[in-house]
Amino acid sequence: MKEELITLTIDGQEVKAKKGTTILQAAKTVGIDIPTLCFLKDINEVGDCRMCIVEIEGRRGFATSCIQKVEEGMVVHTNTQNVSEARRVILDLILSNHHRDCLTCTRNGNCELQQLAKKFNVLDIEFEGEISEHEIDNLSPSIVRDFNKCILCRRCVATCKNVQEIGAIDCINRGFESCISTVGNYSLNDVNCTNCGQCIQSCPTGALHEKETIDDVWMKLKDPDTYVIAQTAPAVRVALGEEFGMDIGTNVTGKMVTALQRLGFDKVFDTNTGADFTIMEEANEFIERFTENDNLPMITSCSPGWVKYIEMNYPELLPHLSTCKSPHQMLGSLLKTYYAKKEGINPEKIYVVSIMPCVAKKFERQRPEMKNNGLCDVDNVITTRELSRMIKQANIEFENLEENKFDNPMGEATGAGAIFGTTGGVMEAALRTAQDTLTGKDLDKIDFEQVRGGDGIKKATVNIAGKDINVVAASGLANAKKILEEIKEGKADYQFVEIMACPGGCVMGGGQPIKSSKIRSEVDVRKLRADALYSIDEKSTIRKSHENPVVKKIYEEYLEKPGSYRAEKLLHTKYQKREKYQL
Amino acid sequence: MKTIEELHKIRKDKREELDLRVNTKSDTREKHILVCHGTGCTSSKSPEILKRFREILKEKDIKNVRVIKTGCFGLCAKGPIVIIRPEDTFYAMVTPDDCEEIIQTHIIEGNKVERLLCKDIDGNVVDRLDDLAFYKKQKRIALKNCGVINPEEIDEYIAFDGYLALEKVLTEMKPDEVINIIKESGIRGRGGAGFPTGKKWELTKAYEDKQKYVVCNADEGDPGAFMDRSILEGDPHSVLEAMAIAGYTIGANKGFIYVRAEYPIAVQRLKIAISQARDYGILGKNIFGTDFSFDIEIRLGAGAFVCGEETALLESIEGKRGQPRLKPPYPAEHGLWGKPTLINNVETYANIAQIILKGSKWYSSIGTENSKGTKVFALGGNVNNIGLVEVPMGTTLREIVYDIGGGIPNGRDFKAAQTGGPSGGCIPKEHLDTPIDYESLKEIGSMMGSGGLIVMDDTKCMVSLAKFYLEFTVSESCGKCTPCRIGTKRMLEILEKLCNGEGSESDIYKLEKLATNIQKSSICGLGQSAPNPVISTLKYFRDEFKEHAIDKECKTLECKALSKITIDEEKCKGCGLCQKHCPVNAIEGEAREKRTINQEKCIKCGTCLANCPFHAIG
Repeated sequence: MKEELITLTIDGQEVKAKKGTTILQAAKTVGIDIPTLCFLKDINEVGDCRMCIVEIEGRRGFATSCIQKVEEGMVVHTNTQNVSEARRVILDLILSNHHRDCLTCTRNGNCELQQLAKKFNVLDIEFEGEISEHEIDNLSPSIVRDFNKCILCRRCVATCKNVQEIGAIDCINRGFESCISTVGNYSLNDVNCTNCGQCIQSCPTGALHEKETIDDVWMKLKDPDTYVIAQTAPAVRVALGEEFGMDIGTNVTGKMVTALQRLGFDKVFDTNTGADFTIMEEANEFIERFTENDNLPMITSCSPGWVKYIEMNYPELLPHLSTCKSPHQMLGSLLKTYYAKKEGINPEKIYVVSIMPCVAKKFERQRPEMKNNGLCDVDNVITTRELSRMIKQANIEFENLEENKFDNPMGEATGAGAIFGTTGGVMEAALRTAQDTLTGKDLDKIDFEQVRGGDGIKKATVNIAGKDINVVAASGLANAKKILEEIKEGKADYQFVEIMACPGGCVMGGGQPIKSSKIRSEVDVRKLRADALYSIDEKSTIRKSHENPVVKKIYEEYLEKPGSYRAEKLLHTKYQKREKYQL
Repeated sequence: MKTIEELHKIRKDKREELDLRVNTKSDTREKHILVCHGTGCTSSKSPEILKRFREILKEKDIKNVRVIKTGCFGLCAKGPIVIIRPEDTFYAMVTPDDCEEIIQTHIIEGNKVERLLCKDIDGNVVDRLDDLAFYKKQKRIALKNCGVINPEEIDEYIAFDGYLALEKVLTEMKPDEVINIIKESGIRGRGGAGFPTGKKWELTKAYEDKQKYVVCNADEGDPGAFMDRSILEGDPHSVLEAMAIAGYTIGANKGFIYVRAEYPIAVQRLKIAISQARDYGILGKNIFGTDFSFDIEIRLGAGAFVCGEETALLESIEGKRGQPRLKPPYPAEHGLWGKPTLINNVETYANIAQIILKGSKWYSSIGTENSKGTKVFALGGNVNNIGLVEVPMGTTLREIVYDIGGGIPNGRDFKAAQTGGPSGGCIPKEHLDTPIDYESLKEIGSMMGSGGLIVMDDTKCMVSLAKFYLEFTVSESCGKCTPCRIGTKRMLEILEKLCNGEGSESDIYKLEKLATNIQKSSICGLGQSAPNPVISTLKYFRDEFKEHAIDKECKTLECKALSKITIDEEKCKGCGLCQKHCPVNAIEGEAREKRTINQEKCIKCGTCLANCPFHAIG
């Protein structure tokens, strides 16, 4: 049946829209861009900021266009004198209580408030007055909260509370004193925050940003005695270009490698290689546990926000977690042992910098378990955004760079490693290796379409060596919670579970380029970035981790086999029950 | 559990027993000493008075005299109040030490205790409550039982036709019939906005859902308002009965009363009332043996003004931060936990049972064309009879202030009255004869509001008044939407500037621009009405704003930075009283000569002004 269309008039134009469409969306279809600020599609549709107000004929007061659904015959005016004056007053009021130090703000140039000020040509603030003063919370290794920049849109709150179902932050106090805070106004570091950084992604201003550590990287790069190694996560290469004006989902692997080399890194390695090691260990662990029916389902452990989440919220389920370290930790560990020995470098002089789409990795790096012989596996984690800043600071014209290849040996990676960056990817990569191992064959069917795509929970049953294996891939912590509840209640019959803390997986990580609410409304950012990863996989000559020659070589020369004593020591970790609140 | 027949018997027997409460000519040998136990009198020791009376009666072994706890009589300024029935003697400002004398003189000897009788403004002794001017122009419907019954005894409520309306509705009426009566009565929401109550019931009934809710908004938050509190303290069953009627009408089996935790007495009496109603089977399953089941729970508010806004109230009941929801959808469609929900204010409910019993014609005969019935006001400020009054709609402000309120103390002039609290506006002298109803108040820039009525004399600065209400709104804004969160703060800052002599004329325009835009763009009623006190004071007292902004002058003593006290040479008789009382020796001049004020020393405390017998200082 053909869907009934609603006809309405917006600013004199006839618009046909589906039932359930908002005025904001309908206006968009005829080229009217109603300004918004607190609106974040599907996440924060509350109408708090009042920027999107419009007038509807025959109705008293303003309507909130981000929420108000279209109705037959509605006559909407988006820019009457009344509306535009009110909007200007509202914007003026928001700016009047904002630390307007744009020049020294991390979001300079990518700030939704700044864009509105520009759009409205705000040249002075009419209603100046008291400006709220808040202490900056920078104790978390991942996230800095600077509420002097906060405009109380509460997109972060909705993200933390509804998308992730954590609720680490919420609004406290009333009126002008309202601010976003944690339990007892403690640091994010001391409360139930999982460090996922999705709040940063939802913030329109500079009120939330990553704890930047690039100064330390610069210092080490300039120190001739330090051997500085970069490794880059799969999701970084399909997003970094966005910071230089390239299309979302552009694969910039080659330029990224060149840029890192130009920055002065002694070696540029690929975390995808680390991911191949992870698959070797994880597939092996899974086969063992599957065969012995030991602590099934086994749940992946690559996502540090997720790991912190389960440690805090479901410690009784920790035995289900794979003991594998995440790929960059594995690679870091191998760099300071196998590689250092082979190259004759004093491991104490090696400084490993992981470039990650993730801010939780900054936390993971510091975990006491992530050490070997007193040395951290990884010495610094910077985000995709931080890398782009380094490149800009180094006067590198990224767009014009030639394309180089990763250094050897840890630059050789498979397609399986590449798809680690998206939800379902770890699962698919592991299944490729598991099915070959279990059947003893080199199987051609390696695309597990069932676990691809943007759904928060993707369930599938795969038949490997005559056995049905029920698998599920969940991304976003609210979805993770659903799966964990099923497991806890004994309702689940899964053998293998992949969980990533960020909705959509690492491509949408807290350290990735920040996309405005408008872009997020119009474009499926996750899909574009994930498609780029699948395309890398598809074009790879080797698409199974166990076929990676470097991986094979290192097992032969050093690690012996997956799950060996040395592999356990270097590539595996343990978990602990973690208090939610360190008050 | 009581059957309908048992209730009828209680009603009949108890009514006979309590006849003396309402009938001065009652044929009884009993006397009832009624001691007000509203919040005001309770805080001035009325429970001790009650205890003392009982002790003395026991000591003296006096039978046939009972001491009864009641709700508020209304004339709070004269509290603690004791009334002796059936003769209706009104004793004001009674202390526990007076009890002995009252018993001895009044009860034993049959004489009045003259010194405790109330005096009217002219100083004449008025011994009967009904003879007080304060009560003469009142018409008590919502407050009918307040001060008459013991609110902690369900039988006393039943005696005065309590739960008869519910019985009638459940046994004789269809929901649509109830809606028709309510609609025809013309009653409108007493919470402030004045939405037609019958229409609201009809709308809520129309949304079909297995689960619906009835909510009572008892989160009375306007500064100085205590109408709802007094009803809950004095006649809690009237609200329970109306909620059950509403539940039957709209198809709900569950009710919530959202009441401020700052009303401990009201909460306590509600708890007692609910428990007694459950014991009698008036709340619970299969009420009066019908298919209808209904129960009520209490939810305590934590003191946020915004939770009186219906959708913020719903959020709060749901356990969330008290913040308003965007409307539409309205609670009638999408209310508590997303279910159709009927929300009415305490006073609205308090009218319902009587509308059912006495009919819509009776009710609609009271009031004006578009505002039917009565309205309860909490009369406060510069008025002699501070207290609670219930008047027919259409009564003029002048009647309330002068006839009922007894006029302005100290012979001062009326300057303005604020209705509707922080959401309302001021009414100046020229509108004293405006009949009070929803429309006419709106027309003159104020609003009915929930019923706060603050009278101000000519010593009040209207810029300060606006500032006072903005201070309130700023601290009570929930912070959800931008205009209210930041805008009201900016308005307050401008008002502070004006009051401190740091303002300029452009500030007045800024104030107006902010006010109109906040009004238009805020999410909820709180924000939309927050600028009202400023808009209305600007409308009627713009010159005062200009004096503050341009002349840097405040003619009252309220804005210390701007006020200047001077002595009128013509009027000064040189008595020297001002000089004697000045705490900082700022008044200069020799004995029997005209005095002057040294402005550098003066701290504008106003002591001289208060002590000048010739009104020469201003």
